[in-house]
Amino acid sequence: MTARQPARVVGKAAGRLATMGPGFGYLTVFLLVPLALVLSYTVFRRGRFGGVVYEPTGENFTRLADPLYLDVVIGSVRLAAITTLLALLLGYPTAYMIARLPARWKVVALVAVVLPFWTNFLIRTYAWIVLLNSEGPVNSGLKALGLGTVDLLYTDGAIVAGLLYAYLPLMILPLYSAVERLDPQLREASANLGARPARTFWSVTLPLSLPGVLTGCVFVFVPSLGNFVIPELLGGGRRIMVGNLIRDQFLKARDWPFGSVLALAVIAVLVLLLFAQAWAARRAGRGA
Amino acid sequence: MRRHGWLRLPFWLTYLFLYAPIVMLVVMSFNRNKSPYSWGGFSLDWYGRLAGNASIRTGLLNTLIVALGSTALSTVLGTLLAVGLARHTRSRLLDALSTLPAILPDLVIAIGLLAFYSAIKLTLGLHSVLIAHTVFGMAFVAAVVRARLGGMDTSLEEASRDLGATPLTTFVKVTLPTLAPGILAGALLAFTLSLDEFVIAFFTAAPSEPTLPIVIYSMVRFGVTPEINALATLLLAVSFTVVIVAQRLTRLTEALR
Repeated sequence: MTARQPARVVGKAAGRLATMGPGFGYLTVFLLVPLALVLSYTVFRRGRFGGVVYEPTGENFTRLADPLYLDVVIGSVRLAAITTLLALLLGYPTAYMIARLPARWKVVALVAVVLPFWTNFLIRTYAWIVLLNSEGPVNSGLKALGLGTVDLLYTDGAIVAGLLYAYLPLMILPLYSAVERLDPQLREASANLGARPARTFWSVTLPLSLPGVLTGCVFVFVPSLGNFVIPELLGGGRRIMVGNLIRDQFLKARDWPFGSVLALAVIAVLVLLLFAQAWAARRAGRGA
Repeated sequence: MRRHGWLRLPFWLTYLFLYAPIVMLVVMSFNRNKSPYSWGGFSLDWYGRLAGNASIRTGLLNTLIVALGSTALSTVLGTLLAVGLARHTRSRLLDALSTLPAILPDLVIAIGLLAFYSAIKLTLGLHSVLIAHTVFGMAFVAAVVRARLGGMDTSLEEASRDLGATPLTTFVKVTLPTLAPGILAGALLAFTLSLDEFVIAFFTAAPSEPTLPIVIYSMVRFGVTPEINALATLLLAVSFTVVIVAQRLTRLTEALR
C-alpha cells in the first residue's frame, strides 16, 4: 500500500498536467503575457514609429486628465450607462416572463434571445444603418404619418440603439438565471403577509436578483465602453468613444503607451464592477 | 400569468427589437430593386452578384482556414481543460482564468496580441488570427464541455479504473464518448465565433489577407449595398443552424449562463 502511494500522487500530478497543462500554457503565452505587456507599456515612453521606448514616465496617466480625453471618457461612460439602463428596463421584465413560461417554451424563448447574439456583429450593426437611413423604413413610416424625416443615423441615439441591439442578450441571460433561482415561496410568503405585488418586488424579488442585475450590467456596460465599430458606423465618427480612442492609439497615432493606459482604465472598470457583483452575490446568499 | 399582464409589453418588445432588423435584411436580400427601400419583386440577383464578388470569395476562404484551424485547436485544448477543471482541481483562480477570455473586452485581447506579436517580431497573417481566435474559442469549448461533465455519472469511469484500465484508456474509451455531444456543440460554437469575429481579426490580420468580417467592414463603411443583404442572410442561416444544433446536442442555454 505504502509503495503505491507515491505512484498515485505522481499519477494525479500527471493527470493534472496532461489535461490542464496545454490549455493554461496556451492562455499564459497568448493572453496573460500579452496583458502583462500592455500593462507594462503604461509606464514607458512611446516609440517614434509605434512600440515603446523603455524609459519610465508618468505622463501617459496625466494625459488622461487632458480635457480633450476626459470629454471622450465622460461622453462614452454616459452613452454606455444609458445603454445599460435601457437594457435593464427591457431585459428585466423579459427575463421575469421567460422564467414563468412552461418548461418547453422557456427553452424556445431563451434560444430566441441568444440567437441574434451568435450572428455576425457587423451584419447586426449594418441592419441599423439600413433601418435608420434617411430613406429607410423608420423615416418612411414617419413621412407616411406626416411627421417629415428626422436625422436618425449618425446621432448618439443611433449609437445607443446599436449598442443595445448588440448586448441586450447579455443582460437577459444572467437576469433570467437570477430570477429563475428565486424560491417562489418567498414571494408567496410576502403576499400572504399582506404585501402588495409592488412591495414584494422591491423588497423581495429585486434584492435577491441583484447579483444577476449586476452581472448583466457588467456584460453590457464594459463592452459598450470598448466598442469602436458602432460609434464609427452608426455615429458617423462624430462621437468618439473610449474604444475608438484605444483603436486609434494602436493603429493610427501609434501611441501604444497611452492606448495601454486607456485599456487599463477599461479593465479597471471591469474589475471594479465584478467586485461589486461578488459583494452583492454574497449579500443575497446570506439573506436567502 | 394574468397578474403579470403588463409585463407582456416589454417581453414582446424585446423580441420585436431583436428580430425586426434581421427579418428586414432577409426580406431585402430577395428584393429585385436596386434601391434597398422599395419592393420590386422577388429575385436572387444579389446572391448571384455575391458569388461573383472576388474580394468576398477571398475573405470567405481566409475565414474558413482560420475558423477550421482555430476550432480544431480550441476543441482539443478546451476539452482537456474542462476535464482537468472538473476532475483534477478545485482552484477558483484556475476556474476564473479559464473564463477570462470570455469576460475581457475583445479590444483588450486584440491590442494585447498586437503588442505581443510585435514584441516577438511575428509576421502577421492568417496564422496570427488563428492563434488569437483559439484564445476565446478554447474558453467557450471548455464552458460547454464542463456543463456536460457536471451532469455526468462518474461511476462508469470508476468501473473502468476498477477493472484495471489505465487513466488514458479510461479517458479515451469512457470519458470522451460520453462527452462527445458536448464537445461537438463546443466545436460548433467556436467555429461560428471565429467565423463572425471582427475586432481581434482586425488587429491581428495582415492587410493582404483579410478575413470575411474585415471585408464586410470595408464594404459597410462605404454605405448600403444590397449584396450585403444577401451575404447577411447566408451568414444568419449558418449561425442559426449552428446554434440550434448545438442547443439540441447539449443544454446550451444552461452552459452559457
